[in-house]
Amino acid sequence: MRVVFVRPANFALLLLAAALAAFLLSFADAARLRLARATASAAAAALVTQLKLTDPVLFTEARYTRHLSQADLQSAFQDHPVAFEHFPSGSLVIPPAGVIAPYENLDRKAKAPD
Amino acid sequence: MRTWIEKQKHLIDFTLASLMRRKAKNLGLLFIYTLLVFVLASAALYTHALRQEAQKALAGSPEIVLQRLIAGRHDLIPPGYIEKIGRIRGVQKIEGRLWGYYYDSVVKANYTFMAPRDMQIERGEIIVGPALERSRGLAAGNGISFRAYTGELFTFIVADVLPQSSELVSADLVLMNEEDFRAFFKIPPGYYNDIALSVANPQEVRNVAIKLLTALPDSRPILRDEVLRTYASIFDWREGIMLTLLAAAILAFGIFAWEKAAGLSAEEKREIGILKAIGWETGDVIKMKFWEGLLISLTAFLVGYLAAYLHVFYFSASLFEPVLKGWAVLYPRFTLPPHIDGLQVATLFFFTVVPYTAAVLTPIWRAATTDPDTVMRA
Repeated sequence: MRVVFVRPANFALLLLAAALAAFLLSFADAARLRLARATASAAAAALVTQLKLTDPVLFTEARYTRHLSQADLQSAFQDHPVAFEHFPSGSLVIPPAGVIAPYENLDRKAKAPD
Repeated sequence: MRTWIEKQKHLIDFTLASLMRRKAKNLGLLFIYTLLVFVLASAALYTHALRQEAQKALAGSPEIVLQRLIAGRHDLIPPGYIEKIGRIRGVQKIEGRLWGYYYDSVVKANYTFMAPRDMQIERGEIIVGPALERSRGLAAGNGISFRAYTGELFTFIVADVLPQSSELVSADLVLMNEEDFRAFFKIPPGYYNDIALSVANPQEVRNVAIKLLTALPDSRPILRDEVLRTYASIFDWREGIMLTLLAAAILAFGIFAWEKAAGLSAEEKREIGILKAIGWETGDVIKMKFWEGLLISLTAFLVGYLAAYLHVFYFSASLFEPVLKGWAVLYPRFTLPPHIDGLQVATLFFFTVVPYTAAVLTPIWRAATTDPDTVMRA
């Protein structure tokens, strides 16, 4: 059996070139997968419009993690004073300041009724 | 040009031979480096794709959802609110929403019960989300009972299961007839959980929201824009667990780079001294070390990124599932369409390849410019 000697540099550069080609191909594959999965995305969007949904189903263990955009600002530790925080969802879904701020602005802009 | 390429190849030959002399250490280094890139790239790809998908799915959510607050807590919308809203100019469509949560003690899961207006559901029937199909073994034609909070038992027949392709938004839904919903939760006629509004002119949404607050001071309007920004920021790299992950990874890279930049081992110094003694120029020694840094970091980046791509878009980020699932019993199964942020990939490349390559070169300069005899004796 003949043993073919491959120069180490050529082997390394070939592997790197293959990896680079795969890296670039991943972008083309991403475009292909986006097209292939577009139907599922459209189905979800259509259901949101039909049922007037406001939140995706990501964290179902508590009310304030299930509907992040609808939860009131006091929902955490909701069931009783020493209820555990729902880790790690609670860490992932801390209300960002940017969401609370517009609510405060709207509140202050509205005139108090007579 | 050919001479230059041939010279670089000789340098690469020598670099590889040098790396293989410390095989275990360098393979271990490559493995850890690749793993770090894999974790970072997986997190970046997953969160970006999920954010994009959530934005697309929620683009059709109501322009304004109006809640009622009593002493800062949610309360039902009473009769008369919808009529007050109808007098506000700019509001095109008003619909009271009926939805709520139900805790199923059988599987210890929370469901979202809903009575949709735009879907015909017969009394005694329900349409369930795909996650319920899995967790409770439900299919069309099966019966299921829920015990209401009053203690009364309600039995329903599953009319249909929502499509699996919509699972990202429908996994835990239980859709039922409005009368069944009101009977189950004891919500009197005319009362709603909140109100969904559509506004004719998107530019007027904020103004309409301000008018709503004026007309109904105990209300809380939630704009679609705020809903979208909630999910745009939820996995933002600047917050929460993403920041922790990023900080830990950057610290790990920092330790790598510091270890390289802090100095050479005695063996590495002797090697450089020997090379200088046999006639290598300072520039050649530096080029050799540059190739060493580049080969390791570029390989780690490419392999780590590709593994992350396959992990997220072909294996549904299964390694993250325990973290994302948390304590939840119901967890949606969905495959994300790839949305790749070129800036994130470029940033990842810059922070993985460049610092390590620079860190490898830093201690070499001093050793390469010192007298070979001094270096070998040190």
